[in-house]
Amino acid sequence: MMLAVLLTPALLWLFALIILPHVQLALLSFRERTAPRTYAASLMQYRTFFSEPLYWGVFVRTAIMSALATVLTLLVAFPVAWIIAKVARGRASSLLFVLCLIPFWVSETVRALGWLILLRESGVLPTLLVRLGITAVPVELLYHNATILVGLVYTSLLFMVVPLVSSLESLDNSLIEAAYNLGAKGPAILRQIVIPHAAPGITSGCIVVFMLTLGNYLTPNLLGGKNSQWFTELIYTQFIVRFNWEQGAAFGFLLLALSTGMVALGLRVSGQRFVDVMRRA
Amino acid sequence: MSTPDLSVEQLDKRFADHVAVDRLSFAVERGSFFSILGPSGCGKTTLLRMIAGFTVPDRGDIRIGGHSMRDVAPNRRPVNMVFQHLALFPMMSVGENVGFGLARRGVNKAERVRRAAAMLERVGLAGAAGKRVEELSGGQRQRVAIARSLVLEPTLLLLDEPLGALDLKLREHMKIELKQLQAAFGTTFVYITHDQSEALVLSDHVAVMNRGRFEQLGTPQQLYYEPATAFVAGFVGANNRIPGRAVGVDGELVELLTPQGWSVRARRSGPVSPGDAVAAFVRPEVASIELEAAQLPPQMARYAGEVQSLLFDGANSAVLIVEQQTRFEFRVALPQTGRLADLKPGAQVFFGFDPQRAICFTAAAAAAAAAGSAHV
Repeated sequence: MMLAVLLTPALLWLFALIILPHVQLALLSFRERTAPRTYAASLMQYRTFFSEPLYWGVFVRTAIMSALATVLTLLVAFPVAWIIAKVARGRASSLLFVLCLIPFWVSETVRALGWLILLRESGVLPTLLVRLGITAVPVELLYHNATILVGLVYTSLLFMVVPLVSSLESLDNSLIEAAYNLGAKGPAILRQIVIPHAAPGITSGCIVVFMLTLGNYLTPNLLGGKNSQWFTELIYTQFIVRFNWEQGAAFGFLLLALSTGMVALGLRVSGQRFVDVMRRA
Repeated sequence: MSTPDLSVEQLDKRFADHVAVDRLSFAVERGSFFSILGPSGCGKTTLLRMIAGFTVPDRGDIRIGGHSMRDVAPNRRPVNMVFQHLALFPMMSVGENVGFGLARRGVNKAERVRRAAAMLERVGLAGAAGKRVEELSGGQRQRVAIARSLVLEPTLLLLDEPLGALDLKLREHMKIELKQLQAAFGTTFVYITHDQSEALVLSDHVAVMNRGRFEQLGTPQQLYYEPATAFVAGFVGANNRIPGRAVGVDGELVELLTPQGWSVRARRSGPVSPGDAVAAFVRPEVASIELEAAQLPPQMARYAGEVQSLLFDGANSAVLIVEQQTRFEFRVALPQTGRLADLKPGAQVFFGFDPQRAICFTAAAAAAAAAGSAHV
């Protein structure tokens, strides 16, 4: 009885905000409008996706860019997490952690606007490059793929650092010393001791970052401009601009399938189990 | 004599305001079992970490197999270590743990598997190579940790209180196993512990360490029967410590008077003058207990007392007696024969000890002993 009472909010939330809309979206995605106010069951929405190169082109691009952003985030976050967990002591360690957290005190919009100020043609960095004589005229640093990646990595960093720090903190230092004592060098210790130990943390960080990146709308839109071609923008366009809910719903399901598929692939490749990984996150 | 496997020269290490190791010099003979015994915080772990290369000495040199270890990284020293909590790699099988060091030396896989299996067999774990570390018992893990080190044929094996985490029964068993393994391999073992029984049972030589220095280095028998300092007398084995003032010195023997007025005699260690603050140390098994004063051997001083409690512990059983006049608490070993085992608290008894077998130190040294034993 008590259990039922405690679980009610969670179940209510699960049903009202997750299951119900998805059932509705599923129904939407499998119909087409044959005449005003008349609909028929159909796979047309999905067929449109596969027959229109722009749609699946953006889809694949979003997947690749997200995977790339996840890998880059891991590479940037790992040394940071290592320093927080193993090198810095006491206050210094907490301070570094807070430094990772500070950007999240402002909204994502403001953070992205910060990049605009730095990178736009008349912004801080292009001006600096001209002053230093590196470029003759100010260059536009916005609206490149690299710019989108920089923004995505910056936005995702904390979500990678947190699981990495917790998994590295639980690594017993004497294991590292024992490996040195048995003749190992840095790279071998990283490969044989540190990474296997941190694998659940690495996987859970990657899953979270990948999902957040894939579903991000604001950062690719602001930093990539009209060229960003992010799949969430296509969904937005279908729902809000074209008022084609059927097509938008189909796109939504395709994105869900993509994220599920990539996570399953990641788990398979790293030999992790979803339950173990989520416990670490 | 051949080159010692380990020789330490004028080694110094300070942490901020604390001296961990203080101008220490010693040598360890090839093939011997050498223990460093001391209370926590005496600097023994720092010393071991300097030998392994994890801590850099401020001054002095460590030579292993005759070669200076200055500027030699920990992964290039001919030294392996058994860590306090063993530090077996949980992400690897038992065989992979044992083969880890060989792989780092570039030994090929087939050879690695063969040598790891052979080493596991030598430590009595034949066929365990495929098991996971967590499938093994505490004693078996211990043997894997030793096998993992010895498979590399180090000049020196360092052991950092490896028995500390085991329960008593297993600890007793592993003591014997360690000694047998050391004899079988002939590798020089350097063992650190705060447990005097481990050090006495296992070692050829023991160094008793206190405040960064060796108080005494000798065989277990020397430490036990001829402690060089009050600290050693207090730290190694059980001892009755009787503090007081020297009232008379007669050749080797000192007459000591406790603040409560109990007078005992003991052999002096080092110069003692009348009036010095001193402390005498009497081992429980050196003292005798009888129901009649006349039954005590004639060379013993005799004291009357009352049984306060009986401390039954099999062969180590003892009686806690309070001296009649001064209420001084004194511990006497019970005869091994089981005679007097039925003593009851409150019983009137007589006890005494041979002054030649009691040792008296001056108080400066004795104070250090009290400080040391407080840690244990």
